[in-house]
Amino acid sequence: MSNTLGTVGDLQQESADLTESWNMRLYVAGQTPKSLRALANLKQICEKHLAGKYHIEIIDLLENPQLASTDQILAIPTLIRKLPEPMRKIIGDLSNVERVLVGLDLRPGA
Amino acid sequence: MTEGIHERQKLARELAKAPTGIKGLDEITLGGLPRGRPTLVCGSAGSGKTLLGMEFLVRGAQLGEPGVCITFEERVDDLIANVASLGFDLSQLMAEKKLRLDHVQLDPSQIEEAGEYDLEGLFVRLGYAIDAIGAQRVLLDTIEALFAGLSDTGILRAELSRLFSWLKDKGVTTIVTGERGEGQLTRHGLEEYVSDCVILLDHRVSETIFTRRLRVVKYRGSLHGTNEYPFLIDEDGISVLPITSLDLQYTVSDQRISTGIPRLDTMLGGEGYYRGSSILVSGTAGTGKTTLGAQFVNAACGRGERCLFFGFEESLGQITRNMRSVGIDLAPWVQAGLLQYHGTRPTSYGLEMHLVKMHKLIEDFQPSVVVLDPVTSFLSSGTSNEVKSMLTRLIDFFKSREVTALMTTLSSEVERLEQTDVHVSSLIDTWLVLRDLESGGERNRGLMILKSRGMAHSNQIREFLLTKNGIELQDVYIGPAGVLAGSARLAQEAHEDAEELLQQYALAAKRRQSERKRKVLEAQIAALQADMAIEEAELQRLATQEELRQTRRQRDRVAMAQMRQADATVAPEMSGDNVHTGKRP
Repeated sequence: MSNTLGTVGDLQQESADLTESWNMRLYVAGQTPKSLRALANLKQICEKHLAGKYHIEIIDLLENPQLASTDQILAIPTLIRKLPEPMRKIIGDLSNVERVLVGLDLRPGA
Repeated sequence: MTEGIHERQKLARELAKAPTGIKGLDEITLGGLPRGRPTLVCGSAGSGKTLLGMEFLVRGAQLGEPGVCITFEERVDDLIANVASLGFDLSQLMAEKKLRLDHVQLDPSQIEEAGEYDLEGLFVRLGYAIDAIGAQRVLLDTIEALFAGLSDTGILRAELSRLFSWLKDKGVTTIVTGERGEGQLTRHGLEEYVSDCVILLDHRVSETIFTRRLRVVKYRGSLHGTNEYPFLIDEDGISVLPITSLDLQYTVSDQRISTGIPRLDTMLGGEGYYRGSSILVSGTAGTGKTTLGAQFVNAACGRGERCLFFGFEESLGQITRNMRSVGIDLAPWVQAGLLQYHGTRPTSYGLEMHLVKMHKLIEDFQPSVVVLDPVTSFLSSGTSNEVKSMLTRLIDFFKSREVTALMTTLSSEVERLEQTDVHVSSLIDTWLVLRDLESGGERNRGLMILKSRGMAHSNQIREFLLTKNGIELQDVYIGPAGVLAGSARLAQEAHEDAEELLQQYALAAKRRQSERKRKVLEAQIAALQADMAIEEAELQRLATQEELRQTRRQRDRVAMAQMRQADATVAPEMSGDNVHTGKRP
C-alpha cells in the first residue's frame, strides 16, 4: 500500500507518546471544496483534542483508485481511524464537530 | 402485439441493443437491452433479479463483452457459490479478465455521518473496475441497499441521478436491480432515474403451484412484448417463454407421414397425417388413445425420426410394458436415443412451468413428433380457460417448429364425445374420436375421423382392435340394427354366411327342379313330334292313294275311249293338278 500525501500540504505531526498515537486516513478524490473543508475541519479538531499525538494520511483516490475497494470507500470524503482499535469510519466534510467527536470516540476533555 | 413482425424488426433496428443471451428475453425485447443505457430489473425478494443480472454479465463475457458487477448485498464468495448452481464459473471468467466483482459493504452502525459528502468513492471503484478489463456491461445489485446504509436521502438521490448519467456517458450497458415496493415498482423509486427500460420479475403461488413471470414494463424507443412471460431458472440459467408473441405465420408442409396404422392412413386420404399438423385423439377411458399415440411414435422412430413422449399418467416402465402387450416395443427406440419419454404429474408444477419445460425439452431435443398423453390431466392444475390458453401457445409452438403433435384427451362419459373438456378442437387439424360401441353385453372400440383439414378423409366408423400386432382397423357391420362390432359383428357375419349358404342350396334345388321339368317337357315335345310324324305319314299315304286312283281312272277313261273309237284325242298323261282345276287342254 503506497501512501500519498495530498496536495493540501504536509500535516504530519508526530507525538512522543506512541501508545497514545492516533493514526487516521482521509480519503479524497481530487481537490474538491468538500475535501478541503474536511481537511481543515479535521486539522482543527485534532489540534484541539489530540495535539501532538496524531498522524493523518491523505489518500487521493483519483491517483490510487484501487485503494477504494480495500478500505470499502463509498462516500467522499471518508475519514478512517485506523488506530487506536477498533477501526471507525466517518463520512462527510466533518463540519458537524459533535458527530465527528462521537465518531472518533473523543469526548471533550478526554 | 398486432403489428407485423417485419414492422417490428424495422423499428428494432433503429435502437442499438445489447443481446442478453438469455433464452427468450432477446425475443421479447426484439434484440436485447438498450446498448449503453441502464435497465432496471425489479422484483420482490427471490424473484431472480440477481441471477438475471449475472446471466447478462456471463453471456456478455461469452459474447466478448466483459462485465463488472458491483454487489451491495452478497459477498463475492457467496455470489460465486450461488451462481455456480446455474453452471456459471465466475472465478474462471475473473481469471480471464472478462468479469470483475466488487462487493460494496455498508454497515450503518460503523459509519458516522458528519457533514456533506458525495459518492465519488463508488464512481472511482466502478470506473477503475470498468477500465481495468474494458467492461461494456455493468450490474449494480441492489443499489437500493445504499438507502439502508446512508441516511441522507437528498444526497443519495442526487448521486444516483449523477451515477446513471455517468454510466450513460461511459457507454456501458447496465442492469440495475431494485426491490419491489408498495404501490410503485421499486421501494425507493429507482424508476425515476432509470427510464429507458424496466423489466419486472414476479413470482406467485396459485393453488400451491409456483410460477415465475417476467414482464417488460417499459422500453423507451423500442417495441417489445407486453405480456407476462413465464420463466424458468434451472441448471442452464434462465429461459423465458415468449410464446404469446407468435403470429400465425408458420410455414406449412405438404409432406404426409404415416399414422403407423395402414388402414388409418387409407382413411386419411391414403397417406396419413400432414407433417407439422396437430392431431387430437379423444375418447373415453380405455378406448386405446395411448396405444394410438404409441403406434404413431413407433412408426416415426422406425423411420428414424426423433420423438418426444410426454406422459402425464404413466411412467416409462409402465408404458413400455403395456405397449409391449400389444406388440409395440418402445424400449429399443429409447436406447437408440430416438425416443425420449418424460413422465410428470401435471400437479407437480404450474401450467406455465409445464409450458416452459416442454418448450425447453423440444428446443434441446428437436423432435419431429411429440405426443402429449393426455392433455386433459392439465385440468387438475388450472381452469379450462387456462389450459386452453396454454395449449394454444403450445400448438402454435409445435407448428412454428413443424413438429407433428398428437394429443389425447379423455372425454367424460356423460359429455358428448364431439366436445373436448379442454376446448382446443378448433385449433386441431385432425381429430380422431375413439368411442366404445356397447351392444350384446360387450364393449368394443370404434374409431372415426371427426375432421381432418386439407384432405379427403373417410366418413366411416371402423372397429378398432388391439391385437398382438398392434392396432388393426376392421369394417363394422352397419345394418338396420345399427352399428355392430365385436362378437355381434361376428355373429352377424356368421348369420349372413348361413343365409348365403341356404340361398345357394335353394338355388341349386331350383336348378335341379327346372332341369327335370325341362326334361319332361322335352319328352312331351318328342312324343308330340312323333305323333305329328305319324299324322304326316298318314297324310302322305292318302295323297299317294289318291294319285294312284286318279291315274287309274285316267287310264280307264282312255281305254274306254279307245274302245269306243272316239274322235277326240285324249292326252295320255294328266297331272293331278289338272284334275283338280278341271282344266283340259
